[in-house]
Amino acid sequence: MSTIETPRQPSEFTVGVEAEPPPAPRDPKKIRWARRRRAITGFWRVYRKNKMGMVGLVLLGVFVLVALAAPLMVSPDDLKPATAPGISFQPPSSEFPLGTDDFGRSVLDLVIYGSRISLLVGFAATVMTMVVGTAVGIAGGYYGGRVDTVMNAFTNWFLVIPWIPLAIVLASILGRSLFNTILVIGLTSWAGTARLVRADTLSVKERPYVERARALGASSWHLVTRHILPNVMPVIFANTVLTVALSILAETTLALLGLGDPLSVSWGTVIFDAFDAGALSAGLWWWLIPPGVCICLVTLAFTMCGYALDEVLNPRIRER
Amino acid sequence: MRSRRYLLRKVLQAAATLAFVLAFNFVLFRAVGDPVKLLIRSSLRLDPQEQQLLREEFGIDDPLPQQFVNYLGDSLRGEFGYSFISGRPVIESITEKVWPTILLVGTATILSTLFGIMIGIKGAWSRGSAFDTTSLLGSLTLYSMPEGWLGMILLITFAGTLGWLPAGGIESSDRLSGFAHILDLAKHLVLPCLTLTLGYIGEFAIIMRSSLLEVMGEDFVQTARAKGVRDKDIRRKHAVPNALLPTFTLAFYSVGFILGGAVLIEQVFSYPGLGQLTYQAIERNDYPVIQAVFLLSSATVILFNLLADILYGYLDPRVKEA
Amino acid sequence: MSVLSVRDLHVTYRTKGGDVPAVRDVTFDIDRGHVLGLAGESGCGKSTIAGAILRLHSARTRIEGEISLEGQDVLALRPGPLRAVRWTGASIIFQGALHALNPVREVGDQIAEAITVHKLAGEREARVRTAELLEQVGLPARRIDDYPHELSGGQKQRVMIAMALACNPSLVIADEPTTALDVMVQAQVLQLLKSLQRELGLAMLFITHDLSVLAEVSDRIAIMYAGKIVEEGAADRVFHEPAHPYTTALAGAFPEIGDMRFRGKPSGLGGDPPDPQHIPSGCPFHPRCPVAIDACPTLDVDLWSAGEDRRAACIHVSGAPSFSEAST
Repeated sequence: MSTIETPRQPSEFTVGVEAEPPPAPRDPKKIRWARRRRAITGFWRVYRKNKMGMVGLVLLGVFVLVALAAPLMVSPDDLKPATAPGISFQPPSSEFPLGTDDFGRSVLDLVIYGSRISLLVGFAATVMTMVVGTAVGIAGGYYGGRVDTVMNAFTNWFLVIPWIPLAIVLASILGRSLFNTILVIGLTSWAGTARLVRADTLSVKERPYVERARALGASSWHLVTRHILPNVMPVIFANTVLTVALSILAETTLALLGLGDPLSVSWGTVIFDAFDAGALSAGLWWWLIPPGVCICLVTLAFTMCGYALDEVLNPRIRER
Repeated sequence: MRSRRYLLRKVLQAAATLAFVLAFNFVLFRAVGDPVKLLIRSSLRLDPQEQQLLREEFGIDDPLPQQFVNYLGDSLRGEFGYSFISGRPVIESITEKVWPTILLVGTATILSTLFGIMIGIKGAWSRGSAFDTTSLLGSLTLYSMPEGWLGMILLITFAGTLGWLPAGGIESSDRLSGFAHILDLAKHLVLPCLTLTLGYIGEFAIIMRSSLLEVMGEDFVQTARAKGVRDKDIRRKHAVPNALLPTFTLAFYSVGFILGGAVLIEQVFSYPGLGQLTYQAIERNDYPVIQAVFLLSSATVILFNLLADILYGYLDPRVKEA
Repeated sequence: MSVLSVRDLHVTYRTKGGDVPAVRDVTFDIDRGHVLGLAGESGCGKSTIAGAILRLHSARTRIEGEISLEGQDVLALRPGPLRAVRWTGASIIFQGALHALNPVREVGDQIAEAITVHKLAGEREARVRTAELLEQVGLPARRIDDYPHELSGGQKQRVMIAMALACNPSLVIADEPTTALDVMVQAQVLQLLKSLQRELGLAMLFITHDLSVLAEVSDRIAIMYAGKIVEEGAADRVFHEPAHPYTTALAGAFPEIGDMRFRGKPSGLGGDPPDPQHIPSGCPFHPRCPVAIDACPTLDVDLWSAGEDRRAACIHVSGAPSFSEAST
């Protein structure tokens, strides 16, 4: 229950604030970078202590490594339906630890190789979401007035519309391809980021150092890139990580709806193929379960990292 | 003070959003091109005469603004055209299939909200306990699962391997009546509803938990404790009411997501609702159906968001007029 | 007759970084109708004492010593009797300006809650009493149904005062009641507190970092540093003739307009209060003390007599052991 606060200890991690005078180099650029390095090491020190964050990070590392090493582990011929190595619909065996699919391809191969597209779409869609969302959010928050009204209306519209129907409409019009999948996910996710960034921009804008810089005659560009953006970064960063998780889930959903790229192998399309081929009624669990478990683990990993970041950057909810 | 101006503003905003949805729909599908060509693309054979008739019916040769006005009128009257696949009026298929979906989505929303909130409250109040850690982990795991996949797993397990529950559909083929019928409906509802509920319960639990944790650290909780108020009364009268506000609006906003989730779930469980209709429409590029569903689901979500905003204005005394 | 008797109080917070001794070996009494002022910089332990009296700290916090409220040993009370004593034996006026009031409930409701929780009256009676309390603190009774956000900072503070008086406590603890307010409002609220205290004959523990406020309001003053009391005595003597160098610095930090001593010599104190986990050896004040001598870092300081009815923990006071004794 509630308690009286323990005496405030100076925070171990503070962005942009120094605890001690800077070292000898007087060059402002060097001072800035030294400060950033200190902030990053300070941040890492706190993050390291967060159990959830570390588990997530390790898990993530494993998957990224597998995705990068996939071409070394799986030969592309094994993935072509025509040159599949095994017999169709086989349950797990010593030769095929996760069994085979309807073409006789090893499910393990599919899962390993599928990590590449799943992660790629996740990251690419996130980049798009972050860039658009941040741009709109900062523009609206910083300029205010009519610009903000327009940006806000735009953002709210995208927020209100239920994303699956919107994604369905867009995907069926644009056609099924990898690029379109990324595009559709980006288009349906940027609004959440924009709203967050706008709120944070509004609060950063009121801070004394921004007012000071403006009084000194700084240009908008300078204010935004040198003052506002760096201080909105923590929020953006935490949001980015969570967005990747959501993007990967979104790619799966689109694939399961039949809107994914039929030519690429991702965890989502593997499940879709299984579903389409009747794996449900035939009880072909080895085909259905592994890709789903991978999606679950990767999403969990990103989510855990995201929440850990939130805790590290927002000391109020940190456990004392 | 919540006032009529606040209400009016919210209603106007909702109407404006709806107007944009209509415009968006119109532009997007006209941008794809000639609807008649679309029809042909989906393998309906038409001779030039039939094509011309259809052109007139669709009003393609009319100027664009005229088309838009027609479109608006049609939409508001519920005339969404004819399905490319079945040839029946879209509105008919929709009215047929809407009730099962309402049943499914409604039940899932209520259950996930209720239980999610309860779990979140208990977790936050007993922070660090076994319950808290387990429920947090469980919530995170459920949140990370793709819904459609979860549905498949549940289906294979409970209907397949264990055979406890039916494998799909909304009711069995025997003609049952009265209580037996209701029981039958319920049995068929369990798995799809459970899937949807589990998909969202995690999110509610996590949000309620962090909301309550934040409130618990506020000074007024300290004040209540100093006054000698019992712990459970502090939770009930001071902490939870403040923490509930953001979660409450989330519940309404979630309807949109749960509605979307129903598309996949209904297909997995062969549940004859709007979701299944949509899934099949996607498969065969049945644009009139896709368009109509998009419009209706957007309208529903806009309505629920409006309700949420209005109710919030009543619940939170700090909401002032613009 | 003492309303509050605190003996050898030690409060230690247990955190992930180790034990933090916030209050060390504190002893004081407050008699009926008397006001004791407790002053010191942030983090010296004064608010911790307030929380300890009503046992508001978490179960992990270790509290040792004796706290007697109206003869009852607070630290030995079981949960039920403890809840009963809270607010009726002693109440706290928190800093009301920010979030000490529940934003979604009317202020009258929150005041009445104190009354009904202790079963001192039924709902309707409690409401009548609440209206009376509001008038007593200078607020119109119709404010009873207002929400906290509809009140100004000063008004919210008055509500906090009204709430603190609701159960007729013997002791009122005012924890920085005027700190977050504008200077003009501060003066008004202080005036209100003074008159209420006199009218109702309340015993009061007034906690603040502003020594000049205490000089106005208290009968006696105790100065805290690094968890210990370093000086105590009659209010105006402590303020105008400080015996401990820290008190001198504190008093000097709040210039009084018109008082010639402050002319031309702005004074403050360099350095920061010590980290409770790394308290300096000997006299904890020695790193910042302008009159520290060689013996200070190794000195076992205690509250020695510094005149009539005065004590201070400094080697320079009259009652301190002689130099040669002290350095052994």
